[in-house]
Amino acid sequence: MTDEQIRDEIQRAISEERVMLFMKGTPDMPRCGFSARVSQILNATGVDYAAMDILPDPRIRQQLSGLSGWPTIPQLFVKGELVGGCDIVTEMFESGELAQTLGVEQPGRAETPAPQAPAQAPPLQIE
Amino acid sequence: MPSTEEVRERIERALPGARATVTDLTGGGDHLRAEVVYGGFAGLSRIEQHRLVYDVFDGEIGGAIHALSLKTSIEAPEGET
Repeated sequence: MTDEQIRDEIQRAISEERVMLFMKGTPDMPRCGFSARVSQILNATGVDYAAMDILPDPRIRQQLSGLSGWPTIPQLFVKGELVGGCDIVTEMFESGELAQTLGVEQPGRAETPAPQAPAQAPPLQIE
Repeated sequence: MPSTEEVRERIERALPGARATVTDLTGGGDHLRAEVVYGGFAGLSRIEQHRLVYDVFDGEIGGAIHALSLKTSIEAPEGET
């Protein structure tokens, strides 16, 4: 797979998936605490989202950061726009802004959920 | 690997008038957290605020600095000086 194909695939995921999470690992098996937290937050909001594991090929991360201008993982996109990484998503979840951005109801209490929420969607993969 | 002190100085130098508090989250020197109060954040989205800080460390985040957690605000929260 060429760099260009990887970039196109990332671009496609960002523009076609309403809520798109790039993470280390998968929502079922996150491989980094920051990625785990963001997928748990998304699970708690009940929104449908797609996720892509950036770990299988280091070029995924390079191309993603090149496109987004954002250096760290995870990265959450909603309707094609970068919302942020773990810090911003956590802050927005706690303030209720995230539900607004996602277009869902804020769950009862804005608490960072305990780390065992089930995953929502099968991960996207670049083979 | 830049120290917390170095990271603080670099943020404050790059963003004139900013005040930064930098802590080492793990004690290992590579997972840092910076809380940055800067008037220049006014009118910017959170993404743009964080980008301003990330830009200070162009290319080092994910490298020498494995992770830099950020909290940005325009003014210090009440009760803090």
